[in-house]
Amino acid sequence: MDRLVLLVSTGVARGLVIALFALSLVIIWRAARIVNFGQAAMAVVAVYVAFAVHAATGSYVLAVLGALVTGALLGLAVERGLMRRVPGATPMPGMIVAIGLVMVLQSLLGVLFGPRHRPMSPVFSQSPLYVGDVPVLSRYDLFVLVVALVVVVGLGLLFNRSTLGLQLRAAAVAPEVSRLLGVRVPRMVTIGWMLSSAVAALAVLLLVPTELGLNAHSADVLFVHAFTVAVLGGLDSPAGALVGGLVVGVLISLVTGYASAGLAPLAVLGLLTTVLLVRPGGIFATKEARTA
Amino acid sequence: MSAPAARSASTARGGDTGGGAVRGGGAGTAAALAVEGLVVGYAGAPVVDGLTLEVAPGSVVALLGANGAGKTTVLRTLSGLLTPRGGRVLLDGDDLAAVRVEDRVRRGLVQVPEGRSVVTELTVEENLQLGALWRSAGRAARRTAVDEMYDLFEPLARRRASAGHQLSGGERQMLALARALISRPRVLLLDEPSLGLAPRVVAQLFAVLRERADATGLTVLLAEQNVTSALSIADRGVVLALGEVVADAGAADLAADPALRHAYLGF
Repeated sequence: MDRLVLLVSTGVARGLVIALFALSLVIIWRAARIVNFGQAAMAVVAVYVAFAVHAATGSYVLAVLGALVTGALLGLAVERGLMRRVPGATPMPGMIVAIGLVMVLQSLLGVLFGPRHRPMSPVFSQSPLYVGDVPVLSRYDLFVLVVALVVVVGLGLLFNRSTLGLQLRAAAVAPEVSRLLGVRVPRMVTIGWMLSSAVAALAVLLLVPTELGLNAHSADVLFVHAFTVAVLGGLDSPAGALVGGLVVGVLISLVTGYASAGLAPLAVLGLLTTVLLVRPGGIFATKEARTA
Repeated sequence: MSAPAARSASTARGGDTGGGAVRGGGAGTAAALAVEGLVVGYAGAPVVDGLTLEVAPGSVVALLGANGAGKTTVLRTLSGLLTPRGGRVLLDGDDLAAVRVEDRVRRGLVQVPEGRSVVTELTVEENLQLGALWRSAGRAARRTAVDEMYDLFEPLARRRASAGHQLSGGERQMLALARALISRPRVLLLDEPSLGLAPRVVAQLFAVLRERADATGLTVLLAEQNVTSALSIADRGVVLALGEVVADAGAADLAADPALRHAYLGF
């Protein structure tokens, strides 16, 4: 029983990070109708910057800021420099460009920093806290949980309570009508990319210390999990990303804890397959098409 | 309504005693909207071929024609969604060639697209807020603007929290019109607003258009297949066939011309 509490609470913290990353995929999908396969590689670049900032200043807060700013700027550069020039009639060309981007970025990181994993120590202890005699999640997991929750709530407020959010939502589902109402749709797409890349960078930054460390491929598995989550919840649904993230996070934690870590990816794939069997339309059928 | 709107009303309609000259005329008055030799379409077969048209300030002009006559193409070009191959679009004498859709809206040229263009994921309130956004910067100003529309279209006030997809066809068209009017446009382009609506609802919507034109000097270009209803509120009718103007006359004359009606309007 104690073990279950520990595993579930740890799973929730990890799930929220996956949910954050999945949310970043949802944001881009809604804004630009692209599954950004380059998201993980872009986020890792931002985390390398955060790593350098941390090494130079010793400040974790500055490192977080560095990741967010770099992430946003990368989003800006990729959207303005690359994606805007891709024909957008179907999602496919953009996705292929995104896959190309992964190869370029990961190769560049490999050339610049080599294959070794750079350890990044967590800002808080990783030994579990106790509620009574029951071990629950660690201080660092608690920190991750709080940060992820704050970001999720912040994104919710941004999209549902602000005029920028109103424009982002309208531009995402009805770009032409939005333009006719004076919404600067291309700018909304750019903001969507920046927001999304910054959130993804933060998610990777939160995860790196508890994984092997920083490496060009640090976020690959996170991407696979987050993509699964986005498919589970529906790429159009922020709430789905949140719930899906928690489900996958807890599933991974339980399978790892009760069976073995090697089975966790299999469990996630099993979940994905099951959902696709039940919802055979898959991701691109979540919404037929954008309305004019 | 605001002071500028009232002022433009007096210039457009001041001293008018019901003559068609001010409302429908092109000669003498500067056109609010002018189209000169407009060509739109892909190489080979232009959809609109050399269209020339003037709409006087504060007038309602019906753009008539069968399916495929080019009405929608004309409106989409005027609002900037389509780029013409030739010709010019002038708003109050200014060439709009280099002006993007979003900025044409800011200059007062607003299109209500066909198909009841409500953003179905957003609520009625959010749709209206969106329409008011660029015009009314502050939260309070937007509130006032939105409430004005609820006064004008009472059914919308009762459904303010409903999502767009929950609305009836009439409510959607009402919302689309309110959302366009909320930014106080000077020239309003409407694409088949009567499509699929009950005659009573059409009459209500058209009455609002006529009232706005008379009271605030709003200029309206109304693309319609519902010829009778459109001509009943229009000052002038322009008939398109295969992208060209085949008739341009006062609304009453047009409605009374049996040969024209039969040839181009099908009734």
